Order: sequence, then C-alpha cells, then structure tokens
Amino acid sequence: MATPATVHAHAPQGFIRKYIFSLDHKVIGIQYFFLALTAVFVGMFLSLLMRIHMIWPAAVLPLVGEIKPETYLSLLTMHGTIMVFFVLTTAPQGGFGNYFLPIQIGAPDMAFPVLNMLSFWTTFVGFIVILAAFFVTGGAPLHGWTGYPPLSALSSAGPGEQLGADLWITSIAIFCVASLMGALNFITTTLDLRAKGMTMMRMPLTVWSWFITAILGLLAFGVLLSAGILLLMDRNLGTSFYVPLVVVNGVVMGHKGGSPLLWQHLFWFFGHPEVYIAILPGMGVASQILSTFSRKPIFGYRAMVYAMLSIGFFGFMVWGHHMFMSGMSPYSAFAFSLLTMCIGVPSAIKTFNWLGTMYKGRLRFHTPMLYAIGFVSLFVSGGLSGPFLAQPILDIQLHDTYFVVGHFHLIMGVAAIFGIFAATYFWFPKMFGRMMNETWGRVHFFITLAGTYAIFMPMHYLGMAGQTRRYSQFTEVAYQQKLLPLQTFMTYAAIITIAAQFIFVINLFWSMFKGPKASDNPWECTTLEWTTATPPPHDNFGGVTPVVNHGPYEYGVPGAAKDYVMQTDPPTGSAH
Amino acid sequence: MADATLQHDAVGHGLPGAYEAPLFGAYSKKVGMWLFLASDSLTFGALLFAFCYVRIYTAWPTPFHVQSIINSTIMTGCLLSSSLTMVMAVFAAQRSDRTWTRYWLLATMAFGTAFIVLHGMEWSKLIGEGLTLPLFPKPAHAAVGEMVDISKNTPQFPATFFGLTAMHMLHVTIGVIYLGVIAFRKWFLPVLGVLWIVGYLLIPSDNVFHWGIHALGLGLIVAAVILFLKPKDYDAQDVEVSGLYWHFVDLVWMFIFPLVYLLSTKIT
Repeated sequence: MATPATVHAHAPQGFIRKYIFSLDHKVIGIQYFFLALTAVFVGMFLSLLMRIHMIWPAAVLPLVGEIKPETYLSLLTMHGTIMVFFVLTTAPQGGFGNYFLPIQIGAPDMAFPVLNMLSFWTTFVGFIVILAAFFVTGGAPLHGWTGYPPLSALSSAGPGEQLGADLWITSIAIFCVASLMGALNFITTTLDLRAKGMTMMRMPLTVWSWFITAILGLLAFGVLLSAGILLLMDRNLGTSFYVPLVVVNGVVMGHKGGSPLLWQHLFWFFGHPEVYIAILPGMGVASQILSTFSRKPIFGYRAMVYAMLSIGFFGFMVWGHHMFMSGMSPYSAFAFSLLTMCIGVPSAIKTFNWLGTMYKGRLRFHTPMLYAIGFVSLFVSGGLSGPFLAQPILDIQLHDTYFVVGHFHLIMGVAAIFGIFAATYFWFPKMFGRMMNETWGRVHFFITLAGTYAIFMPMHYLGMAGQTRRYSQFTEVAYQQKLLPLQTFMTYAAIITIAAQFIFVINLFWSMFKGPKASDNPWECTTLEWTTATPPPHDNFGGVTPVVNHGPYEYGVPGAAKDYVMQTDPPTGSAH
Repeated sequence: MADATLQHDAVGHGLPGAYEAPLFGAYSKKVGMWLFLASDSLTFGALLFAFCYVRIYTAWPTPFHVQSIINSTIMTGCLLSSSLTMVMAVFAAQRSDRTWTRYWLLATMAFGTAFIVLHGMEWSKLIGEGLTLPLFPKPAHAAVGEMVDISKNTPQFPATFFGLTAMHMLHVTIGVIYLGVIAFRKWFLPVLGVLWIVGYLLIPSDNVFHWGIHALGLGLIVAAVILFLKPKDYDAQDVEVSGLYWHFVDLVWMFIFPLVYLLSTKIT
C-alpha cells in the first residue's frame, strides 16, 4: 500500500489511474454513486414488472414476454436484494460518505486509500455476480431478500434455486467483505484524521451519521458473512445447519436435524442494523440541509448525536421482532417488543429537533430543502406504523401482509431514497462544479412525493384487510378481487412515479455538462467542503490543512458580519 | 492541544499538516486492525453461536479419544508458544533490532506451520475413520466405525467441526503468509510458490487438502500485489499490527479448543 504522503505528492495523470483504479476518495465516491444509480434503475425496472404482473398477469411485455408466477418471485427477490444492498447501502455511505467524510473533517483522503479502492471494486464484482443470477440455468432465486431456508438451501426447491441461488449468496458474501473494508476505513478516518480544531462535537451531523453507520456495518456484515458461508455449506457440501428432515416433491432430502430458525437469528442480527445502515446517512443529510436552508443552528446538536448513537445501539437488540411468528416464547417477544418501542424515543427526539430547527427559521425552499422536508415527512409516516408492528399481538394479524411492505418501503426505502436525492441536489455543485436545474428539481420532487405516498399508503389498508405479500397475482381469487381497484391505482401511481425519475436522470446528466457554473459556496453553508474550490483539488484543500474554530451549524450568529460563520473562520469573542 | 498534535505526528499516518489527536491515541494502521478484529470476532462469534445452537438441540456425540486430545493439546501449546515469540518479535522491532525481529517472526511462523501440519494430520486421521461431510466421498476402508455412524446420525458434528476448524486454519495460514511477508518481503514469494507447487503435486487428489493448498497460491498473488503497491520496508508498527492479528487467531483457538475438542471427549 502506498503511503498517503506519496499518493498526494502529485495527482495521477493516466486515465486508468485517475478514473478507473483511482485512490482518490472523491473519484471512488462518484464511482459508488454511479454504481448505485445503475442498480436503482435495475431495481426500479423489476418493481415495474412486478406491479404490471399483479394487475395484468396475462400481459405479454416487450423484451421480457409473459411473466410466470415463479418469475414474479425471482423479480421480488432481486428487487429487494439489489435495492437494499446495492442502492440503500451503497449510495449514501459508499457514494456521499466516501466523497464528503474526509473533506468535512479536513483530511486529504481516507486513512487507507488502497483499501478504499478495493472496497469499491469488490462491491462492483458483487453487483456483476448478482446480475449474473438472471442469466444462469433456472434463472434468479425466488427465496426473497431474506433468503429463508429450507427454500434457499435446497436446489430442488424451485426453478431459481439452482446456480442462481448460489450466485445470490456469493454476491452477498462479496458485498459483506466490501462493506467491512469500507466501514473499517470510515471509522479509522473519523478517529484519526480530523483537522486541528475538529473535535468530535464539532463534526457535522453527516459525519456522525456516516461514522455510526460504519460501526453498524462493521459489526453486522461479519455476522451475515458467517450466515452466508453456512448456507453455502448447506447447499454445496450437504451439511444441515438450516435444513431439517424435509420432503420436496415426494423426495426425502439428505438433510436432517438443522434449524431454519438459526438462519433467521443470524440473518436478522444483521438485517435489523441494516435498516439503520440505510436510513442513518439520510438523517445526517436531512439535519445538515434543514439547518443550512433554515439559516438556523441545528436544534439540539448533542441530542441528535446521542439519538443516533442510541438508535445504533438498540438496533442490535431488536432482531427478534422480525421473528414474532416463528413460535418464539412470549417472554422473549415481550422483551424484543419493549426494546423495539424504545427506538421510538430517539427517533422522536430527532423528528422534534428537525421541526425545531425549521421553526421560525428563514426557510429557503431550494430543491435540497424540499427533499429534506420530504425525508422528515416520510420518516414520520413510515415510522408511525413501526409501533404497530412492534406489538406481537398486532404483528400476528399484520405479519407478511402489505402493511409490512408499506411500512418498510416508506421508512427504509423511500425515506432513504429521499435522503439520497437531497444529498444529490445539495452536493451536486461541489461534486461536478455546476448547478442542477431548480425548476425540474421541484417538478421531480412534487411528483415523487405524491407518487410514493400514492403507491405505499394504500398498502397499509390492503394489509389491514388481510392481503398477503409475495402473492404473484390477485385477479383469480374471488375474495381478493374486491381489493383489486386499489392495486390497480397503485400500479398507475408507480408507472407515473417511475416515469418522473427520468426527469431526475436527464437533469443530472444535462446539468453535469450544461448547467450554470457553481460558486465555491452556492448554498452559503458552513462546513469544510464549502471552503475549498469547486470541484475540490486532488488533496481536497490545495496543500493546506484547514484549522477549525467553530461548530458546524453557526447560522444567524448575533454580531457576526454575515448570517453564517464558516467552520474555518477566525475565532470570535462572542461566538460560542 | 499542542502536545497532543506533536504526539500525533510522532505516531503519524504520513500525512502533512496538523491534526486533532486520535480519539483512542492509536495510529491508523493499529485502529484499522483493531476494527478488522472486532468484525472478525463477530464472524467467528456467529459461527460459534451456530455451533452452540445445533449442539443444544442435538444429542451430541463425544467421540474424541485421548490421542486426539493429546494432539490438540500439543497444537494449543504451539499456538500459545507462538504468541510468546510474537511478543518477542514486537519487542525486537521496537528496539530496531532487525535480525532478532526476523528470528522471532520465523519462530512464530514455525509454530504456526507446526499447528497447521498437526491439524492436517488430525483431519486426515478423522476423515480416514469416516468422519466426513455428507457430500464428500467416504474412504473405501472406512465402511464401519463410530465416526461413520456419527456422520450418518449427527451430520451437525462433522459440519461444525470442519466448518469451525477450517475457518480457523484459514486464518492461521493467512497469518503465516502475513508474517512471512512482513519478515522477508519479496524473498518470501519464491518460498510460497515452491510450497504451492510441491503441495499440489505431493498431496493426492482425493485428499481435501489437495484443494486447500490453493490458499497458498492465493496468498502468493495477494502478497505480490501488496509488495508491488508498497515497495518500502516494514517498520515496527507493521510488526505490532501483524502481532495483533496473530494474537487474535490464537484467542479464537482458545474458544474452539474447549468447545469443539474438550467438550466432545469420550469419558471412560
């Protein structure tokens, strides 16, 4: 590994070292961003196919033909896996975290640049491997993103469970290794490379959120790696960790004595923190943007930090609430339920502080601000259904219904995506040196906000009416036909919302080349990335290391010349 | 603050400029290794959790004879001694004594290799008696016997035994290669290459280690890439960080030895 000193002596000149195998965290961040952008379009296309199949099961589509019921299961598996791993984990942490964590703490690069590069290319290989699952014999796996055995452990259990399932597990194992490398780098950088004056309590909340996310990733992905290795052993070496004595199509499988619940414990010990890995960076970005565009200090900075820490801490103790229906002892269920509802407290603190930040502020409704407000809105409406599902009694009714689908899409899916959108509109000027189009940004925002509510709010009613998730079509069953109009409405809403995303992509690429030039600090924001040139030079600050004298959100300081004080501004007597 | 900055530069990460003191007072490589070990301990923790989970819900066999226990005790002794020699290597590196650093690292590698060889012999013996994973071919001569029955009736036993110990043996193998690269740099690559070829040719193809030997080949490639990317010599920090890894691998064995071996001893 080259030492950072030699890396930063001069920027690499060749195309390959500069743009492909770059050690520069900014290039790697952009690589992650475009990987996630590709992945999100794959995932979105799959969800479109699913919605069409539910309403018009006999439709013959161009390119894909008629969707069979088992293909529907493959679609939902790949949609969930690609979205969770390669979008919600990759974009906010790998993309924006990589680009802005070192700049926001005043470092010239990550602590381990080579590891950073390896982390991206490992993720890339993982993405290729999971896409390969579509093209092998039998097609993509159909066990859902949670991969519950015995279905996921037996290659005779379904058409997609042959090589496709092996590729699926391999891809996830590769992704685990990549995430471990990334998380290790993020934590070390935050601990060791903060510029002079950048104490822990002066770090922007975005840095705090990436830091805590990295800790969660470090501890969670190691467990998923083990779980995946054992599942691969069950599939390919004939062991029986997860598989009891089981009969498939009248054939007794060679397994005996395993427990499917073991997988559920290991998977959800990873799976629940993974939810916070997806949403925490969004919280950080929302805090940053709400404070900047309200021209007010963030309300309760320390409370925000401790709330994120306690969300991360409790996140590791609540995995059992995904398993209420697995025959769990009511006493354990009670403990898991209580701990789960504890998470409502720090989440409410955060929401209260976001609203407190906006209260009586001088709000500037630019596109990033709209998305940050949209994030808070979705976080509240997705979060409120959490305490319902946390009750074992209610979960018996709601488990595996559309209520759950609506809940996690609002809070983990769309809220996190809104965080990504907010970050894109906010940091695009710094990343690419040009401004994005405001008008089309607003159009994109309002269609997306209304569209996502139109898609996911009705799911709560469907769930309460008893409609189960993962059913491929509802047109043939009499008692479900009454719910069909609502499903049809959701499909139309989905088509419109997905179409609106092309506004975003066109705006993104058009602005990249044709947008108006951005100044160094277009949003009048205080954190370190806005003190340097646009786009930042190779070593971020052009040969100097910034010295930090202020907290991250000093807006509207009494007696100051401007309405904001940059973190690097000289210390003032009156400022705190 | 000035003192903290000075101290930080003294343990520095090679970057120009002034920085806040590291939060836990450790240089980046050390923090990175500690974090890797935290994550790896959860990986092993999950495997040990799986082991305990299946063990609680299964009538667990206790087949290990006194020979197995003596063998694994010697293996434990090797690893414990290697931790001691590793500490000596770190001390030698810290007083810039290159010669003795190399000797102590070599001693550590020797103990590690002895562990791998003894472990391999143990594996071969158990496989020869018929303790195999379900899809692996049984040796022809082991048609009957206690281990054959165990493999048939409690498939979790060989699965957890081979799973846990293989994962640990992989870590020891990586550790020996890691220390070899730290101690001998590019001179170590031909040794790895020769070991790889000799191992591949000499180990019969029906033996599981025939494929396991490719860990050496992979190690050779990774070591070559690392040496290509970091052409400068290793210092005391690198030795200390490799020591952290080595002690961790020993520590994991201190969980596996009682759980897998001692608790499965045949008591007569």
